[in-house]
Amino acid sequence: MKDIKVLGSGCTKCSKTAEQLQKVAKELGVEANVTKQMDPQVIMHYGVMSTPAVVINEQVVHSGSIPHKEQIQAWLSD
Amino acid sequence: MLDVFTQLADWLAYSVIGLSANTKLGDAVHFFIEDVSKIYVLLVIMIYLIALLRAALNVERVRDYLADKNRSLGYVLGSVFGAVTPFCSCSSIPVFLGFTSAGIPVGITMAFLLTSPLINEVAVLLLLSLVGWKVTLLYVLVGLLTGILGGIFLDAIKAERWLRDFALKALQHAQQNNRIDIPVDKPPLTFKERHQFARQEALDIFSRVWKWVLIGVGLGAALHGVVPNGWIEQHLGAGQWWSVPVAVALGIPLYSNATGVIPIMESLLVNGLPVGTTIAFCMSTVAASFPEFILLKQVMLWRLLGTVFVMLLVSFTLVGWTLNAFSALL
Repeated sequence: MKDIKVLGSGCTKCSKTAEQLQKVAKELGVEANVTKQMDPQVIMHYGVMSTPAVVINEQVVHSGSIPHKEQIQAWLSD
Repeated sequence: MLDVFTQLADWLAYSVIGLSANTKLGDAVHFFIEDVSKIYVLLVIMIYLIALLRAALNVERVRDYLADKNRSLGYVLGSVFGAVTPFCSCSSIPVFLGFTSAGIPVGITMAFLLTSPLINEVAVLLLLSLVGWKVTLLYVLVGLLTGILGGIFLDAIKAERWLRDFALKALQHAQQNNRIDIPVDKPPLTFKERHQFARQEALDIFSRVWKWVLIGVGLGAALHGVVPNGWIEQHLGAGQWWSVPVAVALGIPLYSNATGVIPIMESLLVNGLPVGTTIAFCMSTVAASFPEFILLKQVMLWRLLGTVFVMLLVSFTLVGWTLNAFSALL
């Protein structure tokens, strides 16, 4: 079970990132709990300045853009 | 080189659509076709080229760089980096907090955030191609100065008092030398990575701004077509003092980014509106907009938000008056 957080201020890119993560997780049959975090305090806590950012099991793995499909596959199959 | 677009507009407006060059409608349609085609082509090419150059520049690097600089230099650099660093306005809160939690003074952070919407490569490019280098230079200088002086002012009045609690704590914590260090060790980019970044940027920015260009040029064209020749010049051309605050006030409810407002700027200037009034109007439209300000509420108390807002309105008015007074020298 992977705990995935998408950090962002609610812009379209952030929603797309969350959707994309859910889609790829489903394709790979990986159990994942994807949530969106919009609270600035939480975003600051992870030290992220460019959104959307992706946090998997409390590790920031990506920030600043919608991740590519291949990247997501790599994170999820770890 | 840019004549191609005039010829394209000649051909489309006068030959294909069959309008007469002497009518208001023909004039407006010609303006619309020429500007939209020119801006679209220039945008894609220039965004790509500029993105190639600045592929390695990001807010994380700027933060680390600014955190080590002394104050007076900090305002200038903050403002300059605000102009050249790309970031989406939806990231302004994380950027604000990122800078703050690195111990960068509020004034320097705000210098960065104030300049950012006003000046960017797209704006400069549009200005150069539409209104010439003199107005472009003025616009850029005024934009940078607004950021620098605004930042100095905010620190002088100790604006950090009016940050939200958690933001103030992060700032104080970092300034007591407990900076949270998040190292950014990225290897130098290869040309292929730069190309990919630049291609993505060109696509991203274009898909974000194309409609603004359409709206902006459309309004500019409407000005050409609707406002009688000489009306603006006759009534506002002398740079009447009251016209500047009115222009600034008009800009508040109007919300646009720089890309959309610059074609309007061109149209206003061509119609004889003085340069100070025009720049004051455009800057107010771009920087003093409610949607972006409301975002900042998440990290600031109303008092600071209000102060920044009033500060912007006052500075744009002063800018307008000053430029109108000196416009005879331009």
